[in-house]
This record gives sequence, C-alpha cells and structure tokens, in this order.
Amino acid sequence: MIAAHLPDRKSGRLLAVDADGGIQHLCRADLSTLFRSGDLVVANDAATLPASLHGQHRPTGEPVEIRLAAFVTAGDPTRFLAIAFGAGDYHTLTENRAKPPMLSPGDHLLLGPLVAVVESVLDHPRLLKLRFQGESSEILAGLAQHGRPIQYAHVPAPLPLWDVWTSLAAEPFAFEAPSAGFALDWQTLTTWQRRGIELATLTHAAGISSTGDTDLDARLPFDEPYIIPGNTAAAIRRTRARGGRVIAIGTTVVRALEAAATTHGTVHPGNGVARGRIGPETRLRVTDTILTGMHEPGESHFELLRAFTDDPVLHSVHQTAVERRYRTHEFGDSLLIERRNAA
Amino acid sequence: MTMQYNPAIKGLRVAVTGGTSGLGLALVRRLTAAGARVAFVARSAADVERTATETGAVGIVGDVGRKDDIYPMALQITGNLGGLDVLINNASTLGPTPLVLLADTECEHLEEALSVNVVGPFRLTKALYGALASSARDGRGGTVVNISSDAALNAYPEWGAYGASKAALRHMTSIWDEESRDAGIRFLSVDPGDMDTPLHALADPDSDPSTLKRPADSAAEVIDAVLTAHPNNNVATHGVRS
Repeated sequence: MIAAHLPDRKSGRLLAVDADGGIQHLCRADLSTLFRSGDLVVANDAATLPASLHGQHRPTGEPVEIRLAAFVTAGDPTRFLAIAFGAGDYHTLTENRAKPPMLSPGDHLLLGPLVAVVESVLDHPRLLKLRFQGESSEILAGLAQHGRPIQYAHVPAPLPLWDVWTSLAAEPFAFEAPSAGFALDWQTLTTWQRRGIELATLTHAAGISSTGDTDLDARLPFDEPYIIPGNTAAAIRRTRARGGRVIAIGTTVVRALEAAATTHGTVHPGNGVARGRIGPETRLRVTDTILTGMHEPGESHFELLRAFTDDPVLHSVHQTAVERRYRTHEFGDSLLIERRNAA
Repeated sequence: MTMQYNPAIKGLRVAVTGGTSGLGLALVRRLTAAGARVAFVARSAADVERTATETGAVGIVGDVGRKDDIYPMALQITGNLGGLDVLINNASTLGPTPLVLLADTECEHLEEALSVNVVGPFRLTKALYGALASSARDGRGGTVVNISSDAALNAYPEWGAYGASKAALRHMTSIWDEESRDAGIRFLSVDPGDMDTPLHALADPDSDPSTLKRPADSAAEVIDAVLTAHPNNNVATHGVRS
C-alpha cells in the first residue's frame, strides 16, 4: 500500500554509525541482520491522526487550516492545542503560509462535519486551544471523514492515512507519524524475534514537527504525553540485567524512555509527559542506540542525536549523507547511531 | 441460549463488520450484553444509528468493499475502543442475486464479491494488525475471526462468486494464522451454518426459516470459538491502558 509518489520504504538506505564513530553504508533490508540476541528494540506504536482540518472561521468567513498539534488531556479527542493557518494548503511552504484570521475565545471554526470552539488564544496568534462540539465518537467520525494527515510541500500528492501509519500503528495518538518506524516491516520484526532480539512498544503522542514560524518552531517539540506498558518496562529491566542493548526506533521513543527513567536507568510503566529537548548535555540513562531519519543540523531531532555521539562524528555523518544523497524527511532514508563509547 | 453477562468477555474490545443485520447484529447484541466493548461497521447510517441506540455499541458508517473507507474505520475502531482484541470480519455479499451460474455471472459481480468478502477483510485486518499485535504484547491476545461458509469447501452450483470468494478468504485465514503466530495473533475461520438471515433469504428465498439456525445461536458459537482461541479466559484481570 505504498503510494507511487513516495520513495519505496523497503529499498531505503541505512547509514550506520558504531560506538567508535565508524560509518557504514547499508540497505534498510540489512536491519534484520543487525543487533544481538538479548538486545531489545523499542518502537512507538502510535497510529497517526488525520490532524489537518480545513474549514472556515465563522465570525469572518475566512478560510482556515487547523493543525492539531497536541492533546490537552492525553488521548482525549475533544480538546487540542492547535496551530492555525490562513488560506492555502500544504503545497505552500509553511513559512510562507498566510496568517489565520484574528482568532478570539468563543469563535466557532467550521471544519467539515466538525465544529470547534476556540477556548483560548495562547501567547502567539497562531497557537490556540480548541474544543470540538459533540461526543468523542462523533469527533472521531468527523476526523476520520474530514481530517487529512499533516504534510509538507516536499510531498506534492495528498497523503492518504495508510501512508502515515507504520506497521505497528495501533491507537491513534500521534499528530505526525513516528516516521522512524516506517523502516520496520513484519519480516524484519519476525527475523529479530527468531534471532533472540525482543520487541517492545510504547505509545507516544508524536507532535507537530514544523509550524513555519520561527518563534513557535523554537518551542518544539511541545510537551508530549506517552504511555509505557508494564511489559515494556519489564523488558527493559530484563535487557539491562543481561547486558543487552536498548534500541530506540525514533526520537519519540528516546524522549519517552528518558523522561520515564530514574537516575539509575529504571523505567517505570505508566503515563507521563515528555518535556523539553534532549541534546548534548543530556545523559542518556536507558537508550543505547537510535534508529531515526536523516536530519539537518539545527533541527530538534538533530540536537537529540548529539546526546548519542559527538559533534565531529555528526559532522562527518552529515557530510557523507549530503555527498551520497541520502534522502531527508519523514519518508527518506534511515540513520542508526550507537551511543558513543566513553573516551 | 440467553444473552447474559460473561466475565470472560467483560472488557474485551471487539470490532464486528456487517453489524446491523443477521449474524453481525446477533454478535453485537450478544457481545454487548456480555460486557464486551464493541464497535461495529455497516453501510447504512440509519441502520447504524438504530443498532448503536439499541445495544450501546459504537456504530461506524462505512463499506468494507471501499478502499477509502478502511483506514477511517480502523481509526474509529481503535480510537473508540482504546485498542482492539478481536476483529470479526462478518460483512459479506452474495455477488449476483438471484444466484446464477458462473457462466452467467457478470465480471463486476465477481469483483464485488471478492472486494467485499476477501480484499475488504484483508485491508481491514492489515490496518488493524498493529492494534491486534499491541493487544497480544499486552497479554490480552489478538484474534481475527473470518466468517466462512460451507460454500468455501463445497462446489454448490450457482454459488460461484460467493463460494470462490469464501474459499479465498478461508485459505487466506489459514496462511495468516501460520504467519502471525510470532506476533501472537490468531486467525480463525468459523462457518456459522445456514442461518435465518436476510442474506440467506436473498440466496434461497424458498427455504423454510424454521429449518434454519437462529443467528443468535451461531453468534454464541462464534464467541465460544474466540474464547477458546484466547490466551486466557479472563481478560478483565489484565490492566486496561488509559
């Protein structure tokens, strides 16, 4: 079900960085041969909500696009933190998008079959809290009918929902795809399992990755709720006890695990909120390796990688990725980084 | 057999396609009465509303034969139930009615039977596979029941489109059951028998309803098959994720 307009996920490439900073160029299909018996792969099983809603600002009749960006209460589909745009759609670069009409508390937004009420405009004219009218099941039906996946200008054709759900996608909990998981198919997962590599999942509300506004982008990622099942916490405990490595599929998994970890690296199960950024100053307590996409220096995702390895290594990774034309963005190639050995 | 609360079913998250008539409706009634959390799918908004009001289950309007309806269905199923333990692919179509010989069957009717009875269940199962696997990892099991028919096994004249589609579904179910064991998901084919349903009346208008099985009895058998396949018989003791 991979649309023709997207790069073929299976044939993607994989740039692998070992704990000594050595670089290898692999295929994504090689993933199933990596790692050792006793290691644990942890992935984010959130399905992606169709979080982009076009409609009309009722008081002015002006067109709006609302992008749901975060839950107000984890998993509650009635209230959201959202970003508002004016006329136009994802074909226009987000930084060039028209401003939304002036929004005020109490304003109604007509979004297809859904009606949302602006609860508050936060400290930026594009950032609001909204509440949908109706029951949860009606809101989910409205989102299913009218919502589209959030997408950006680099993919011109409209994305259907199936292109933004990973193989592991379970409950709709993410606002943009936990895209590192696109690298995993069931063949890879089965092969790992047979080689003694465990799989565990958590559910993390991967949020919006870009707003097109410098001030707002500087605040990303927003606080993101997560759920760590008891089985996953137990699998991490077992893995550490036997000297195995914890391999995070994506930055969202790193954020959730590190937020849930005690100073001794114990991960407690349950609900939590991942706050703030991970960067060079962060001491990783749980994750040994990350599989992610190709990120550009300066992005918050790239900053997170600085917790895994040092800047000269990341610099050469970036250079070689540019030279060898690795594909960036959520449907691009993959990057695997083992945490740097202590010098 | 009376519909009653059943601790083995309480809290079980079940999706049923074709949930507003025949076996599907009987399943929705029985499962909700036993304490399951049920979402069902059907094409007619009015029928969905009626069954939702009657049973308290979550009603979803959609057509399993339409590709574009599948992911919106999956989103609503897992969003409303907070995950999924059991998927029952029950919706089906006969193809041409009245039934005709294969040589008289329009290609479009065969395609329709395949799209509703085979490709639709395949698509919906694939969309919900991650949710079922998540349930399995949580120790709640993951089960897919594909409603079969003796027409999947026997060569009944004039049942060509339906029989071929049900045979394909049955074989797909067997292969998927082999492939999904590592993920902890079980696949079952269940033949509910000849029931007194609207679909049966369309296929065989002259049959005497009193000789046919009641859908409620078949529904009880389907649920028994699910519970037998389930890794444990008391899901309520497992933590429900918020």
